[in-house]
Amino acid sequence: MSHALGHAQSVAPTTPGPIQAVDPRARILAAVAFALVTVSLKSLLVLLAPLALAGAALLAARLPPGPTLKRMALMDGFIVFILVLLPFTMPGDPAFTLFGWPASWAGLERAAGIALKANAIVLMLLSLVGSMEPTTLGHALARLRLPESLVHLLLFTVRYIAVMDDEYRRLRRAMKARGFRPRTNGHTFRTFGYLIGMLLVRALERSERILQAMKCRGFTGRLPLLDDLRYARRDALFGVGTATALTLLLILDVWHAGFV
Amino acid sequence: MHIVDGALSAPVVIAGSAVAVGGIALGLRSLSLEKIPAAGVLSATFFVAALVHVPIGPSSVHLIMNGLAGLVLGWAAFPALFVGLLLQAVFFGFGGVTVLGVNTVNIALPAVLVGLLFRRGAASADGRVAALSGLLAGSLAIVLTALTVALVLWLSGDEFLAAAKLVVLAHLPVAVIEGLICAAAVTLIHRVKPDLFDALTPPPSASARPA
Repeated sequence: MSHALGHAQSVAPTTPGPIQAVDPRARILAAVAFALVTVSLKSLLVLLAPLALAGAALLAARLPPGPTLKRMALMDGFIVFILVLLPFTMPGDPAFTLFGWPASWAGLERAAGIALKANAIVLMLLSLVGSMEPTTLGHALARLRLPESLVHLLLFTVRYIAVMDDEYRRLRRAMKARGFRPRTNGHTFRTFGYLIGMLLVRALERSERILQAMKCRGFTGRLPLLDDLRYARRDALFGVGTATALTLLLILDVWHAGFV
Repeated sequence: MHIVDGALSAPVVIAGSAVAVGGIALGLRSLSLEKIPAAGVLSATFFVAALVHVPIGPSSVHLIMNGLAGLVLGWAAFPALFVGLLLQAVFFGFGGVTVLGVNTVNIALPAVLVGLLFRRGAASADGRVAALSGLLAGSLAIVLTALTVALVLWLSGDEFLAAAKLVVLAHLPVAVIEGLICAAAVTLIHRVKPDLFDALTPPPSASARPA
């Protein structure tokens, strides 16, 4: 559908898996509950379980593992410097020294814990929620009682990311045809500034036409959401399964903490 | 700079989410139903702008443009940037679930602040005033974002202090670049469609006009 979100579409499965059969609302709620429980876990050993669960969800959603895991690795790139610094900034028993700086066990544990939590949660989010159409996400959020105007904003944004991305690519192509190559200099910054300014001008003019066209079709400010979300037996099973798994995680964590 | 799940302390995550909910609610109140299509298309544009990479030597950074978003969207920048971050988290895996509120505050609060400070300047009839306002808005928004990220890290534990300092340092060149790009963008808007800055929050006289 879209290019920019189309990265997501390229990851979308060719054949929908068992995850796609579950009600989108249940998938969103499960991903949020999973994140809350995983963040609260203390034991490193128990934290391997959420990562395994997320891996299982990835398989059940039939997402291609390569691109999805690459995306997860990309996220790790953001935080790698925070994690690398932690062993050297947390006090504790030294594990090893690097250029005379002691790295503590406590810091290593902390860094490993953050890495496990962050990756498990993102993988679960990509598998449960990232595997649905962006519009379905909007509809499900509306049914979960998010404010109507926020859902409308989301739906319009999703709809026009593809359009504005096309516009952006067109302008970049025109710039390239005129010999523009981005470098680290004032000319590049000014050119990118003009590019974004132009995109905004065209976006606003387009939105005026959109509003007029929608008014012609009787737009009253409300988008009727034509869908038929109904919880079924399989959603109840999914819910019970998720709740059981999360409760087990919490019990394991407390139990494990009791031993240490 | 997206923070991920598992790093921040619970009070920071909860406080960040509460501020985000408040900001989004205020932003939505400023959006009448008629203005949602414009806000959505502009929000989509800022989403696309964040995919633009600017080379810095052998490496590159992607644009954030939250300063410009604040100038153009005003309070609506809060829900608009939230939607962008939500889509990035769900479909790209950037960021996380529990930190969505904190990440929204880090980007959107500076946007709204510089919008309040420099919007009048950016909409000025004088091209130089407009460009200068754009420059200040663009760079100040990044500096504030870096400081907010550093603050939430530091509040979560002293062990993050080194990382927090690094975040601020690493964002200084980005602040310069975003300032220059934002100044150029405001200059172009000034020449081509100066009323863009009034599109979402028209001056009181215009909104008082009978429909």
